[in-house]
Amino acid sequence: MKGTHLGEFEELVLLTIASLVSGAYSVAICDELSKHADRTVRLGVVHAVLNRLEEKGLVKSELGEASAIRGGKRKRFYFLTGAGKSSVVRAKEIRDQLWQKIPNLHLKRI
Amino acid sequence: MNKKETNHPPKWATRLLASYCRPELLEDLQGDLNEFFERNLKARGKFIARLIYIIDVLKFLRSYTIQKPAFTNPFNRRPMLASYIKTSARVIRRNKLFSAINIVGLAVSMSVGLLIIAVVSDLSSYDNTLKNRERIYRVVTTAATADQPPMKLASTSWKAGVLIRQSIPGVESITILRRGFGGDARIDGNTVPVTGFYADEGFLDVFSFPLAKGSATTALREPHSVVLTQSTAKKLFGEADPMGKVLRFDTVNYMVTGVLEDIPKFSHLQFEILVSLSSIDLNKSTSDDQYMDWTNVYSNYVYVLLSKNSDLAAFSAALSRLDGRENAALPNRKIFLSAQPIRSIPAGAHMANDSGIVMPAAVLYILAGLALIILLSACFNYTNLSIARSLKRSREVGIRKVMGAQRGQVIGQFITESVILALLSLGFAFCIFLLLRGLFFSVDQRLQNIFSLDLSPGLVINFVLFAIGVGLVAGFLPALFYSKIKAVQVLKDASTIKVFRHISLRKTLVVIQYTFSLIFITATILGYQQYKGFLRFDLGFTTTNVLNIDMQDNKDEVFVKELARLPAVQMISRSSIISSLGSTYGTTVKYQDPPDSVGVDENIVDENYLPLHQYTFLAGRNFTPRPKDAPETEVIVNERLIRRFNIGHGNPEKAIGKVISMDDKRLTIIGVLKDFHYGTMESEIDPAILRYSAEPGGYVNVKITSDNLPATMVAIETLWKQIDKVHPLDARFYSDQIEHAYRWLSVMVEVVGLFALLAICISSLGLFGMVIYTMEKRVKEISIRKVLGAGEGVLVFLLSKSFLVLLLISALIALPVTWLFFEKVLLSKVAYHQPIQLGELFIGLFIVAGIAFVMIGVQTLKIVRANPAKVLKNE
Repeated sequence: MKGTHLGEFEELVLLTIASLVSGAYSVAICDELSKHADRTVRLGVVHAVLNRLEEKGLVKSELGEASAIRGGKRKRFYFLTGAGKSSVVRAKEIRDQLWQKIPNLHLKRI
Repeated sequence: MNKKETNHPPKWATRLLASYCRPELLEDLQGDLNEFFERNLKARGKFIARLIYIIDVLKFLRSYTIQKPAFTNPFNRRPMLASYIKTSARVIRRNKLFSAINIVGLAVSMSVGLLIIAVVSDLSSYDNTLKNRERIYRVVTTAATADQPPMKLASTSWKAGVLIRQSIPGVESITILRRGFGGDARIDGNTVPVTGFYADEGFLDVFSFPLAKGSATTALREPHSVVLTQSTAKKLFGEADPMGKVLRFDTVNYMVTGVLEDIPKFSHLQFEILVSLSSIDLNKSTSDDQYMDWTNVYSNYVYVLLSKNSDLAAFSAALSRLDGRENAALPNRKIFLSAQPIRSIPAGAHMANDSGIVMPAAVLYILAGLALIILLSACFNYTNLSIARSLKRSREVGIRKVMGAQRGQVIGQFITESVILALLSLGFAFCIFLLLRGLFFSVDQRLQNIFSLDLSPGLVINFVLFAIGVGLVAGFLPALFYSKIKAVQVLKDASTIKVFRHISLRKTLVVIQYTFSLIFITATILGYQQYKGFLRFDLGFTTTNVLNIDMQDNKDEVFVKELARLPAVQMISRSSIISSLGSTYGTTVKYQDPPDSVGVDENIVDENYLPLHQYTFLAGRNFTPRPKDAPETEVIVNERLIRRFNIGHGNPEKAIGKVISMDDKRLTIIGVLKDFHYGTMESEIDPAILRYSAEPGGYVNVKITSDNLPATMVAIETLWKQIDKVHPLDARFYSDQIEHAYRWLSVMVEVVGLFALLAICISSLGLFGMVIYTMEKRVKEISIRKVLGAGEGVLVFLLSKSFLVLLLISALIALPVTWLFFEKVLLSKVAYHQPIQLGELFIGLFIVAGIAFVMIGVQTLKIVRANPAKVLKNE
């Protein structure tokens, strides 16, 4: 279970990678998350999560082209692996199932 | 763009990131940081951007970014090590001369290091057979008076021991020892001299010397009981059981209550016999020897065994409280106690009255310092020669690098080489060490009692570690130098590497080596001259052919009469001590003004003493013989004494007949002697007096004129046997005794001389190597010069010039330094010494320069004589 378990932030990062399609590298992920989640996301945290996800085999990465703006350093782009895709899908399913169990009435009362 | 150039992130932070970050993550991280930096630069300015960059670099320091230390698979490393070793063996074999020079140099210098390691290892194994070695402390004393520098004593007062036992907690057991027990033990007509200590019953609790017989708790309790060591027991009783037997010393009987196994060689306490401390009758104290006085700190030793849960600090504090209490009652003296761990005794500070064997730590430090200089000198050689060879070897390094060797691996290669070379040297060094060991023991007989210098596994391991250490030190600079070489540059043109940048470094090393060599050899020569000077010095009396016989407490009357019958004996006198050897007897003398008393040296002699030694009278006459029991009335003094008291206004003639007083006696001056050396050359001549006694006791001085000295000695020995069957004859010629008194100096000269020899060897080897490699590099140049018509003499001068300049610089440093050291430091402490001759200063320089000339000359001539056609054709 531990290997496939997704933390909340991990899930967000995975989704961001998926949403950025082929432009998902650390800084972009960071910016995107900051925009959507409405909180400051630190680069170091993103890196740590990316590293962890890669260890879990949920994402894979490859180096892109060098660009002047990064001082000649190449970007590392991230993609979801099959396992990554299935784990976000599964996470969504779990949520959906739970959502469906909540009666509308109840929800409104909350 | 320009602006962007200046606004870069802090470099050190970038480097820091690179230093800790895993290589596979590094690029990405750097890129991200750069991107953020650019962004921040625009948005918030340079300072904030740099700050954030630094913070981010620090924040990236996480477990997943940090490089794991490169513990590469050992199976990967082993082939590399094998390759290092193989290559090293090849290099050593290919450059036979280079290797030989280094091996010999390192071996010579390491041998001294080995000796010092062995010495230190012996010293540190002292007393390690004792069970509680770490908890045993000796109570030592510092005695201070108002007008004299404080004196450190290994002994302390009996009272201190008693007080510690009574009042200081945390002491598991304590023992009081008193020295001075010894003499002739008599058992049924058999007489054997033995020496030892008085010891109380705590002794065997503190020191866990195993008992072969008897009980540790009771053996030393009763008065007049003795404990023997096994070999002493054998000497006294043979194979019989000694327990309960009776020994007789003088008039007192002692009973054997225990037998100790023999005391190990490495025990700082050495004794043959222990006598129960209770044997001393405290009531029988003589006037100058109150056993229980707090100030009587000269004859007793106190050892304590601290209990496991008390510590030295608490004990020391208790000691200082104790001495504070006792000192309060003393008017003008202070006696302080302190605790000395017994493991620090054998190589401790010098203290008077030491209870056991001591090798002063200062001597060890000096020897180790000298050895270090020699060793560094040999390491310089290695560095020098290795870098000098860089033309040949840098290409190899270049190729290694092209093949993918990293810097660490190049360093590994060179360090392995030097370590292997050092280990090879260890073999030779060990052989030299064995020679040195013999030499070491021959310096002083007593050293054999202190050291064994035997090999033990631990010592061998230390030797090997030492060799490896030497290898690392020697190989460090060359390894660093070669590892910095850039492959591309070297392979394109080897001559472009900046060997020449290091030339001043190498020259400095050579100068340092030669400076030390010159200092050592000049010091040896000056020291030897001083030593000879001391022996030749006019003492104010003659010592030629005077044989001094130690009477060893025998009556001399019969012996003297018998001696006088020998044809070779010209004259016989008797004296209480032998002067000029360093030991003194002193007393206090007063003249007219009673409070003005002066400490003087004294010697008690008979009427023949002064004529026999040909003392010079300035005025007055010799003693007239007087019967034994007649009251003492006459005294002969030296010039210094009448000047000190201004007797007769310092005029010897007028001093005759004046009366001085001492010990309630009033003595008339009957003669004044020209000043003579009662002490050694180190001290000023003091006021001295000679007193008469028909039986001075102590020594018999015999003036001998003999063609057949051995026969005379045999005759004297036969006579001696008649009066003393137990003790061997102790007869020595005065001049030999004086030589012995300055033995410390000749030992120093020998030691420094040895180091000089080693230093010269090593620096010569180094210079030799340097010359060879320089010549090899310049062969072509020389050939061209020859072809163009240069003469041999000019060429030799040209080639050797630079080396001679180095030698000259060394001489300019070394000679003044040595001269100043002798003039201002050493000889200023010696009252009477020979002036330093300018010639002596230069002898060493000539020797060293001579060796250097020969080496340089031979090498340069070889190159110069080579056929230029052959040399030039080769290319």
